[in-house]
Amino acid sequence: MSVVVRPAGDRGALLELPDNAAAARAARLLRTERSDLVDVVLGHTTVLVTWREGVEPADLAALVQGSGAPDSSPAGRPVEIPVAYDGPDLGEVAALAGISPEEVVARHTGAEHVAAFLGFQPGFAYLIGGDELLHVPRRDVPRTQVSGGTVAIAGPYSGVYPRDSPGGWRLLGSTTAVMFDPTREPPALLAPGDRVRFVAV
Amino acid sequence: MTRIEVIRAGLLTTVQDRGRPGLAHLGVPPSGAADPVAYELGNRLVGNLPGAAALEATLDGPVLRFDRPTTVALTGATTPEVRTVEALEVGRCIGGARTYVAVRGGIDVAPVLGSRSTDLLTGLGPWPLRPGDVLQIGAATGSEPAALPGTVPGVGVPLEPVLRVRLGPRDDWFTARAVEALLSTPWRVSSSSNRVGIRLEGPPLERVRRDELLSEGLVTGALQVPASGQPILLLQDHPTTGGYPVIAVVHSDDIPLAGQLAPSMRVRFAIDG
Repeated sequence: MSVVVRPAGDRGALLELPDNAAAARAARLLRTERSDLVDVVLGHTTVLVTWREGVEPADLAALVQGSGAPDSSPAGRPVEIPVAYDGPDLGEVAALAGISPEEVVARHTGAEHVAAFLGFQPGFAYLIGGDELLHVPRRDVPRTQVSGGTVAIAGPYSGVYPRDSPGGWRLLGSTTAVMFDPTREPPALLAPGDRVRFVAV
Repeated sequence: MTRIEVIRAGLLTTVQDRGRPGLAHLGVPPSGAADPVAYELGNRLVGNLPGAAALEATLDGPVLRFDRPTTVALTGATTPEVRTVEALEVGRCIGGARTYVAVRGGIDVAPVLGSRSTDLLTGLGPWPLRPGDVLQIGAATGSEPAALPGTVPGVGVPLEPVLRVRLGPRDDWFTARAVEALLSTPWRVSSSSNRVGIRLEGPPLERVRRDELLSEGLVTGALQVPASGQPILLLQDHPTTGGYPVIAVVHSDDIPLAGQLAPSMRVRFAIDG
């Protein structure tokens, strides 16, 4: 698979892949094959790697390029997330999409989302694959506080805020699912590739 | 077991060790001491095992009381010293932003994901110190306390420090003039800087691309440029991913110096090598 390598300091490199699935495969491969890396961070279509010493970025690219067939990736786990669709932005999202709030819920629960990558907060998974009618812009002014467990959308993404934090996404509802628990193994509920369905309760 | 009582917390005092590297794929920031060199020196000076937790004081330090005479080391933005104390007033930072208080035995708070570090971005780890807090001292001792070396690194930073950078990964999102401005401007450190990032004030760095960058991984030392064009130098509590282009990354050897940048100081960047 094709890969572009960009420098990220003297101990890091950013690998650019054609799409999220390719990036996810590259991240898995690098994590399994290269024990000398500190972090392997999946982005939307990139993999950031860091190391302490002695790593040649070109070797990482060669490893990814030589990995061949894309169909070797394991299927993600199916995960259901129960949602009470009572978020403050439900009406606004419906207006932006030109549909009723009930149809927003129907379309959000009707799609199978895929966890593309984790970031922003521990356990926050950027979920892609949602209904395109729900691809609404972020709020112009982010909220200073969004409660943990809030289910939200912005652009091509859905996500669940793991804990209270500032946030600029549009809030559809809330879940009791615990997205991150440092005492749990694994601590994050979702891993890249997991297939997520939201279920209205 | 020795205990420390916090009489005054100082401006912002946190527990720090080597942080949580290797968990960025879960969204967990690296955290850990902002000036790793001063932090490691402190542990050596009190004879702790590497990785023992210490206190990181910001700009104005805490006042502490110990329940028995205890060996402590002060390093970072202060005159380095080793003392046996029952009371300690750390005072204001001099020539930098952060002073480390290493205590023989290490600070014994419950580790979270393998580290005792406070993470200001995500709330992992212990709260910053508050007056009245009582901290336990652990048993993370290795050798006898080391002698203070004749020459000690990290005593204050230069008046206008120069940090070495490597361009990229997204320098091609910026105009040639922006790259030149990055390297020629004495950037002013904003007072709204913290362990997440140091906000820099200077000429806005102009982009050649107006589209949105898809979120990608970030490293400590990255110079991230938001829409305002004013760069943010990411420190240890930085988010693991972000959607603003990174124009350059500070050399890993200069990260300790970055961790000592205090508000209103000026800093320059120069191409590494």
